[in-house]
Amino acid sequence: MPGILEDKDRIFTNLYGLHDPMLAGARQRGAWNATADILSMGRDWVITQVKNSGLRGRGGAGFGTGLKWSFMPKVVGERPHYLVVNADESEPGTCKDREILRHDPHLFIEGCLIASFAMQANTCYVYIRGEYVREREVLEAAVAEARRERLIGPGNIHGWDFELHVTHGAGAYICGEETALLESLEGKKGLPRLKPPFPAGSGLYGCPTTVNNVESIAVVGEIIRRGSAWFASFGRPNNTGTKLFCVSGHVERPCNVEEAMSIPLRQLLEDHCGGVRGGWNNLKAVIPGGSSVAMIPAEQCQDVLMDFDALRDLKSGLGTAAVIVMDKSTDLIRAIARIAYFYKHESCGQCTPCREGTGWMWRVMERMAAGQAEMHEIDMLLDVASQIEGHTICALGDAAAWPIQGLFRHFRHEVEDRISSYRSGKPHVQGATLLAAE
Amino acid sequence: MPKAKVNGVEVEFEAGMSVLQVAELAGEEIPRFCYHERLSIPGNCRMCLVEVKPGPPKPQASCALPASDNQEITTNSPMVKKAREGVMEFLLINHPLDCPICDQGGECDLQDQATGYGRDDSRYALNKRAVEEKQMGPTVKTIMTRCIHCTRCVRFMAEIAGQQEVGLLNRGEDAEISTYLETAVSSELSGNINDLCPVGALTHRPWAYNYRPWELKKVEGVDVHDALGSNVVFQVRGAEVMRVLPRINDAVNEEWLSDKSRYAIDGLMRRRLDRPYVRRGGKLQEASWAEAFEAVAAKLGDSSPDRVGVIAGDLQDAESMKAALDLFGGAGVPNLDCRQDGAQIGGGPREAHLFNTTVLGLEEADAILLVGTNPRLESPVLNTRIRKAWFLNNARVGLIGEAADLTYPVEHLGETHRAFEEAAGWGHPFAEALRGARRPAIIVGGGALARPDGGALVRAAAQAAQAFDVVREGWNGWNVLHTAASRVGGLDMGFLPRGGGMGAKAMMGAAGQGGLDVLFLMGADELDTRAIGPDTFVIYMGTHGDAGASRADVILPGAAYTEKPGTWVNTEGRVQFASRAVFPKGEAREDWAILRALSERLGATLPYDSIGALREKLISDHPAFGQVDYVPTGRPLDLSLVGLDGTPSDEPLRSPVTNFYMTNPIARASLTMADCSAVRVQAPVPMAAE
Repeated sequence: MPGILEDKDRIFTNLYGLHDPMLAGARQRGAWNATADILSMGRDWVITQVKNSGLRGRGGAGFGTGLKWSFMPKVVGERPHYLVVNADESEPGTCKDREILRHDPHLFIEGCLIASFAMQANTCYVYIRGEYVREREVLEAAVAEARRERLIGPGNIHGWDFELHVTHGAGAYICGEETALLESLEGKKGLPRLKPPFPAGSGLYGCPTTVNNVESIAVVGEIIRRGSAWFASFGRPNNTGTKLFCVSGHVERPCNVEEAMSIPLRQLLEDHCGGVRGGWNNLKAVIPGGSSVAMIPAEQCQDVLMDFDALRDLKSGLGTAAVIVMDKSTDLIRAIARIAYFYKHESCGQCTPCREGTGWMWRVMERMAAGQAEMHEIDMLLDVASQIEGHTICALGDAAAWPIQGLFRHFRHEVEDRISSYRSGKPHVQGATLLAAE
Repeated sequence: MPKAKVNGVEVEFEAGMSVLQVAELAGEEIPRFCYHERLSIPGNCRMCLVEVKPGPPKPQASCALPASDNQEITTNSPMVKKAREGVMEFLLINHPLDCPICDQGGECDLQDQATGYGRDDSRYALNKRAVEEKQMGPTVKTIMTRCIHCTRCVRFMAEIAGQQEVGLLNRGEDAEISTYLETAVSSELSGNINDLCPVGALTHRPWAYNYRPWELKKVEGVDVHDALGSNVVFQVRGAEVMRVLPRINDAVNEEWLSDKSRYAIDGLMRRRLDRPYVRRGGKLQEASWAEAFEAVAAKLGDSSPDRVGVIAGDLQDAESMKAALDLFGGAGVPNLDCRQDGAQIGGGPREAHLFNTTVLGLEEADAILLVGTNPRLESPVLNTRIRKAWFLNNARVGLIGEAADLTYPVEHLGETHRAFEEAAGWGHPFAEALRGARRPAIIVGGGALARPDGGALVRAAAQAAQAFDVVREGWNGWNVLHTAASRVGGLDMGFLPRGGGMGAKAMMGAAGQGGLDVLFLMGADELDTRAIGPDTFVIYMGTHGDAGASRADVILPGAAYTEKPGTWVNTEGRVQFASRAVFPKGEAREDWAILRALSERLGATLPYDSIGALREKLISDHPAFGQVDYVPTGRPLDLSLVGLDGTPSDEPLRSPVTNFYMTNPIARASLTMADCSAVRVQAPVPMAAE
């Protein structure tokens, strides 16, 4: 298993669940090692370490984690601070947080403690996706274990009173949006909130809150133990660190793998996944960051690096680093139509463009997948997508528009062919070419 | 003050304003659906998008974005126009476009804004969504396919009305506005969601398909169904008031109206007295005005003034009461009363019977003690102010009287006057809150006033008010919440027993035992008229065939509140004028004119020939009536002068209003009120869990 990252540099050494996920095993792998010493360095030092490591949020948006932490008020006022961990991992194609929760829960709990300490939060809520039942059970067992060993809880051995509560969602994708997650956590309907105010000013129950992804939190302990320079030594500047990639689709061996940031996509697929099914030349397109980012065609996959900036330059994104590989047998139009259905199904219905537009786009996509649409509807669909993108409270509207825009950016000819071929020989279809005899 | 540029024009604004408000300061109209000044900001319709610099290169929702200094706001750029057109297109793709049969047509925000931002053709060739009609009760008609999900109705019910009965079910394009299990909305303020709905999804069920808004003549008026004096607009077609809508007055009703004030108007077209009647041979028979006056004059001429009684009802305008006061008081009649419920208040300093914090000032109160009142039933719109005080100010509300759901947390201190003594003890949590309050208020309602021991109860309340220092420098927290629109006007002009005369209760008692020769009822129907003995000659001047008319010997048909120009004084002491919206029905006349004509027959002609001259007399005799739409705040009041001596009984305090929808003859004649009463009061639909 060559890749770039050597085994000694892996943070998630139990990613595949080959070892004991519970405290004894976790301690052997290094979790909870010198945690008290880390806390004794003070919160500013911790935040500086995280900032220096260049860690960017692993939930999709890629916002600097250290910077996010530094937005919290410096002094705790009359309202307590909260850390909320977003474990509502619902992005299609993504399954990295799940492995952390299953197999390395103590690394994660330790990260929660350190992050909470850095932000002066005494309480942390973990909001787990509704479908993750076993993962919740493992995490709850690990939390109970940590509490029993007085690693967390009031009066713990680390000297920072810290409570961790695990909350179970009900399976709505939108609750993975940070403010919708807070609403859901408060017991309300999961509708995204308007920003400003941002959660750092007024989040959970109106108190200063930071919402972080599971992976962002779980790597913190190791970053500090090994030094921010170590973490920053992987990947390109501004895209540093190691990252869990979830590769699915038409590869020989779909897998989750921890790799260095900025690994070339081709190397990622060939070293870890046995390559594209039927060989590299059989590759058609890749969705590099979960269903909400635009796909990139095979020719761009050749030498693209898997990081935030390189993919952004291709008008796609790293997202959650959920790589969905599609070979030449894939009906891309049908695939995007299915993704469009997903966003139509998961739209919360609050903002007009997303509520009305996702359904419209899905229906048009379905007709395009069958070839039954009109040619002019392609431009109309793109116009509708542009009317949704950037016009909504949260990013679900954008996420619904991007895959469709990506399809037409690179594979518009396929849609046109589909429509033409459906019409050919069907004179009753509007716009079909008339035969000479008629 | 910070400054911002709106389309290149610099404006100063107050810190904390939103971009939308700043743009409006600069005279730019921002289209919106979900945003409403009096509700929370959800920012979900996305119609108010504007471009701001500095800011991200995408349009921003101006309703929710705080304006900042040196901001450049652009409301007319191509990007903004494109964005709004996009939103409008999305709103319209699933909208039925059934404007020709929609009651909102002509006053629909979607219709109006579509003329500015709509496309001239449709790109949406698919089937439109259809949503089933929802059952929301007798006041709200729903055509939910038209709904644009602005959630104004949800926010109004949750925030203003305080009843979480309406919500958004499901998500995405399946989202629907509905009530829990489609039960009827039970709020007394439900009509306001019809006003708030920017499209035709929620419309006024009682007025469905009755009118088009552009056909209606608008006349400003004052509501008389409770003592708040809500400002309204009567909207008239021909001889009928087609609808009543609230008129904005931030000091009184903001822009809300109770269901009774709004929907009881169909009662104005039913059971009306439209000609004089005289009882002959035990039966009421139609008569001419001359015959009716003949009968009245003959009887009054034969009776000694101290055997004549006059009771003014709850809906009377000040002018008619003044005319009656001048006519009967001038003739030496001592038995005059404007308190048909027997409320023992009035006659003392004016502040003793007023709502002294004022309705607006009540918002500032931080501890409120309710005594013998259920403000939700006695004045639902006023109740929203108490709720606001709780919501915005964390005001604590205590209640002595019948426990009830007032839509905000209430600390129930007891049912009888003994709660005053208990609360006065040290360590009582609410008493401590009241004692420590910066702006304490006490509200005394009809449940305490309108009883035989009312005066003593008022005295007890006043003593408590004194103990808690409710009246202090610059703040007068002594409030009386009346239940009748006419009450404060009557008390202000002294429409009270004079020189040992009888009050309303005593008159009714005397009439039952032959102690009165003539009883003149001015729209007084909340009396047990069956108890009046055969020897008493009853003259009823009023509008509806109700309790008074059924016992009357002569009926003089009067004008309802929409049919006469009139003055009403609300519970704060605010004098308000209303205009005539329509003419009285049939041969009915304005009440003051009937009394003026009667005075001529009695040979004691009243000295005014026009409503203007009557008002001049009213104001010169009672200067308080000259201060129109004005209420001073914080006037001093000697609380030791309030109330009467006596010992209150241990009878529990009960609100005088048991059925909100049936409190006066107009409401009792209304089919809509009957429906509301049936659904909400008599047989509320049980919940699934019950």
